Amino acid sequence: MLTDLTDTTTASIRAALALTRDQMGGPATGVVLNLIIVTDESGQHDAVRAASQAGREHPCRILAVISRDVRAASRLDAEIRSGEGTPGQTVLLRLYGPMSEHADSVIMPLLVPDTPVVTWWYGLLPDVPSIEPLGLLAQRRVTDAAHAKAPIEALAALSAGYQPGDTDLSWTRATSWRSLLAATVDQEQSPIVGGVVSAEEHNPTADLLTAWLSSKLGVHFARETSGGPGITEVRMQTTEGDVVICRPDGRVATLTRPGQPDRHVALHRREIADLLAEELRRLDPDEIYGETLACVTGAPATIS
Amino acid sequence: MIPNPLRDRRDRRIPRLAGPCVLVLFGVTGDLASKKLLPAIYDLANRGLLPPGFSLVGFARRNWADEDFARLTHDAVKAHARTPFREEVWQQLSEGIRFVPGEFSDDEAFDNLARTVAELDLARGTGGNYAFYLSVPPNAFPLVVQQLKRSGLSSAPPTESGHQPWRRVVIEKPFGHDLESARQLNAMLDAVFPPYAVFRIDHYLGKETVQNLLAMRFANTLFEPIWNRRYVDHVQITMAEDIGIGGRAGYYDGIGAARDVIQNHLLQLLALTAMEEPLSFAAESLRAEKEKVLAAVQIPADMGAGTARGQYAAGWQGGIPVRGYLEEDGIPLDTATETYAAIRLTIDNRRWADVPFYLRTGKRLPTRMTEIAVIFQRAPHLPFDKTDTKELGQNALVIRVQPDEGVTLRFGSKVPGSAMEVRDVNMDFAYGESFTESSPEAYERLLLDVLIGDPPLFPRQEEVELSWKILDPIEDFWANHDKPEQYPAGTAGPSSADELLGRDGRAWRRL
Repeated sequence: MLTDLTDTTTASIRAALALTRDQMGGPATGVVLNLIIVTDESGQHDAVRAASQAGREHPCRILAVISRDVRAASRLDAEIRSGEGTPGQTVLLRLYGPMSEHADSVIMPLLVPDTPVVTWWYGLLPDVPSIEPLGLLAQRRVTDAAHAKAPIEALAALSAGYQPGDTDLSWTRATSWRSLLAATVDQEQSPIVGGVVSAEEHNPTADLLTAWLSSKLGVHFARETSGGPGITEVRMQTTEGDVVICRPDGRVATLTRPGQPDRHVALHRREIADLLAEELRRLDPDEIYGETLACVTGAPATIS
Repeated sequence: MIPNPLRDRRDRRIPRLAGPCVLVLFGVTGDLASKKLLPAIYDLANRGLLPPGFSLVGFARRNWADEDFARLTHDAVKAHARTPFREEVWQQLSEGIRFVPGEFSDDEAFDNLARTVAELDLARGTGGNYAFYLSVPPNAFPLVVQQLKRSGLSSAPPTESGHQPWRRVVIEKPFGHDLESARQLNAMLDAVFPPYAVFRIDHYLGKETVQNLLAMRFANTLFEPIWNRRYVDHVQITMAEDIGIGGRAGYYDGIGAARDVIQNHLLQLLALTAMEEPLSFAAESLRAEKEKVLAAVQIPADMGAGTARGQYAAGWQGGIPVRGYLEEDGIPLDTATETYAAIRLTIDNRRWADVPFYLRTGKRLPTRMTEIAVIFQRAPHLPFDKTDTKELGQNALVIRVQPDEGVTLRFGSKVPGSAMEVRDVNMDFAYGESFTESSPEAYERLLLDVLIGDPPLFPRQEEVELSWKILDPIEDFWANHDKPEQYPAGTAGPSSADELLGRDGRAWRRL
């Protein structure tokens, strides 16, 4: 069900939300969180789609904030979607003129009470998420450094402004690599003395992964550039030889270790909805991310 | 062993992952394998929870090659997997699929199996770790287990590097048909596998709602204070099925509803509902509490009044005419096997003394549903006119296990209007409000626990024996008395079951 409200107020939106809820037989019950999406017109479609998919695992009220022409007079347009294959409700808010500077005043009355708030920037990257007005409302602030023109500098900026509760999808992308690496090290008998992470040039996930491995294993991991896609190889040097996870095609990885047969494992690059769903699974601060972010040195990757 | 520096307790994104291993599946042609087990294995692979090189070996009496079993698996995955089909996941899974044809009595087939898993160790690096899943009729257990022992598959020598590979065996209910046979089964397993290597699957315990029962009771302050005889009037635990016995006549007849369902599922649900708070969720603590409460269970002193049983007769079920139990194929006309069983139990401890726990299960009932309903006492005094509260029932907390997993809280509320009138309303928490989209299926969770070696969700032999100690006297009583009462298919069971609660001034919840 779709409701379009032009030049409206938050009170009217609230009334419309209550009405659709009654008519749809209560799709807002069981909502576990509020998800604020900060995006622009070009990103809203993909962002809302991904959020709706993630919403199947985490029923939420999605509030997408789209800033329009800032020179126009203040105006609020809203589009309410209910029951379109997702639990919860979705509200697209278009803010014109000076109002877009005060998006938090629009959002606050629309939050489901007594329910956590997550803010996700899609296509835009704030320098310090926790001091943004919409970031202040949230206990969890999700950015994506991969959207930045210079991801490594973006990570450095996020690191400088880090507050518990910040998180970044480039870190989420590292999860499947990290779990495979942790499982590999579980089986490793001989000490790891160093290593290399190879990935395409602008890849903040590879930078985070390098920092994580270096700091956790206490040995130096180099970051090398390859043709991609994404991360293509992680090499761990041990006293018995190299343990290598190689993923040339972005889909299937081969695990090679000395004296053992090669093993294959599916290691696909994940969709944004999948990443977001992982992000929404826990709403407490991700301390490991904070620590790893602090270890990203900002040293540029060497060309191999 | 040195702790893995990449694992950090605070790092909750990294999932639990099984180590390198082979899963050997006996009974691959069965319903369970194609509907549950094989899809669950794919789903685990798709979620990235299986180790690199994971291999699956099927064993059955079919003249098949590896590809035939791979095709069966492929079709099962396509039809029943919960996660989307990905070619690359399937590819790496199918590379590790092998099939060994043979009879359970065939020594050569098991030698062949031993060679196959040894080859997988070399070719795919599975490290000599094998889990044997016995999805076969219980009378085949001894033969398979003996063959595993004979072929040297049941134990593993340490590797050159001093690493000890593991062996695990997974069995499905029924775990015997009475105390004696359960002990025999256990003795037979015990002779080959150490107790910690035996995993007894009760798939109910893998369900999210059942685990949520523990979260609800022990993570909240709201429920525990009233979770006792001071506030609880009685508890009803129900597992109703709308289907008949289908093609399971050979298995079902002589077993019956009580052995099939009450002994395992319902008594496990009772234990989780009634047990004290465990010290931790470690397997030892959880099992200790379950065993304590099962040991405190008392059967009715007057069995005739405290139990009821029935057999479905022909009738209409959901608008379709269906046969009665005695008319099903392969069922002898004089059989006394019950398809419906209800029993009244009490628990002799301070928390539950005199609170009846009513357990019922049956086939060909109006709907399919499993629930635990905790019914609370009426308020000791109602400051309303009697007529105002005529429609007010007892408060109830209902844990719906399946379908539509969730929790309902029923309480009284004022009916809008100028008069003071109080009526029951429901407050509903639905797991299925889409948390379930991605929550793992029970078998996924349990298979992963087997491969990791994590036992809290698996009942131990002591629990099995305690359950039989509860059920055996009831079965003995039934065996020496009249045949079960007939109830028309599609109704809520025999009238004796209603009388069972009626005598206590109570009634079953509507199915």
